[in-house]
Amino acid sequence: MIQATDIYALALHHRFQWEEAQQSHVILFPEGMIKLHGGAGEVIKRVNGKATVGEIVAELKAAFPDAEDIENDILGMFDLALSKGWLRKVS
Amino acid sequence: MTQVNNGVASNVTKTQPLWLLAEITYRCPMHCAFCYNPTDYDKHTKNELSTEEWVSALREARKMGAIQLGISGGEPLLRDDIEEIVAEAHKLGYYSNLITSGVGLTEKRIQAFREAGLDHIQLSMHDITEEINNFITNTKTFQLKQKVAAMIKGHGYPMVLNVVIHRYNIEHIGQILEMAEALGADYVELANTQYYGWSLVNRSQLMPTREQLQEAERVTNVFRDRVGSKMKVFFVVPDYYNDRPKKCMNGWGEVFMIITANGDVLPCHSARSLPGLAFPNVRENGLEWAWNESPAFNKYRGTEWMKEPCRSCDEKEKDLGGCRCQSYLLAGDAEAADPVCTKSPHRHLIDEAIADAQNPQLREQPIIFRNDKNSKKYVEGDKERIEQFHALP
Repeated sequence: MIQATDIYALALHHRFQWEEAQQSHVILFPEGMIKLHGGAGEVIKRVNGKATVGEIVAELKAAFPDAEDIENDILGMFDLALSKGWLRKVS
Repeated sequence: MTQVNNGVASNVTKTQPLWLLAEITYRCPMHCAFCYNPTDYDKHTKNELSTEEWVSALREARKMGAIQLGISGGEPLLRDDIEEIVAEAHKLGYYSNLITSGVGLTEKRIQAFREAGLDHIQLSMHDITEEINNFITNTKTFQLKQKVAAMIKGHGYPMVLNVVIHRYNIEHIGQILEMAEALGADYVELANTQYYGWSLVNRSQLMPTREQLQEAERVTNVFRDRVGSKMKVFFVVPDYYNDRPKKCMNGWGEVFMIITANGDVLPCHSARSLPGLAFPNVRENGLEWAWNESPAFNKYRGTEWMKEPCRSCDEKEKDLGGCRCQSYLLAGDAEAADPVCTKSPHRHLIDEAIADAQNPQLREQPIIFRNDKNSKKYVEGDKERIEQFHALP
């Protein structure tokens, strides 16, 4: 279960960057690449080993005030990223 | 923000060379019997691209969207400019991977790679026994590989092991995985031999039986259940034992581009074995033209080129008819369905190869190791083999 106080970072040997040619954010790791569409990229962009999940949710709510039910989407993204091994828990 | 699958793209929809493989030299200290390199590689060993040519190719490919870079060969470490090439790749924003046998990797070089920004190193391993390692590679490299694995780990690199699987090591898969675990591997790729180049020549020697394969998969799954997520184990199935072909290279000219030692630009490793196709070269027209305009890259894109039974097949988008090289090498027609498919009129060729694997008599045929002397023979043309396989990749 993802808690609002959890802090995550990108998994070891994973890299997150903007790809101009694909007009999207990507996560890179040995033998693989995941292309993240807008919303997913916005979440991962804020995962830095310092911000809590709660802070990230608040920041995204402020950045996208018109988006409905944004919190569930964000938590879903954390769930997915953890299950895929793209993130590691810092604390 | 509501998006399907949490906004993760399911797959690539437009053609873009996201994966770039630099087959930087065909020279190699190893002589592996299962190598997919062209049997006539010897003719590409004297006209290798220079450092400057590689740097400019990397720049151009990056602009086109290339992001995952594999530096392979042959043995890339036989070139002394890999450090420079890696540094440039890092500056350009590639995620770079050195694919190596480990021969030639020293403390000094790995330190330099770290500083240059190389992202990971993929080390080939062959077996848990010194005997099989040394036999199948025709070298004495068992001890060295253990040492290099420790060096990679010691420098904070993810440990990515690639083990090509064949008849001689398939029954050791359980112990190979345990060895990988003991070495602290993060990723292990168990790659069943695909039959191109030297491995096609040695097919009847290398191909495991169906029973061996099923047991290997079972052992792999038991291991996966035990180690969980701490180690990712990829099991690349050998297509001969499937009913449907692989979607080769994820589609011809879709996401994958190879630049060879002499600058040829290819959509797949063995494309040069296909007849009547002139592949572009970076020294001539550049990569943009090669990928977008060249007749060779457009020849088998999509499904327009297909014949029956592919043309009217409801699975054609799924596998795109399989592998053009395999169709040509085995059936003599690059536009035929991949013989692996049970809908192919040539499926009997695959069944015969499987029957061969069961027949111990064929094991008496000598293995032809990948070395310069044997390659020179293929440059001149080995009539008997060319008749058997239509051409040699």
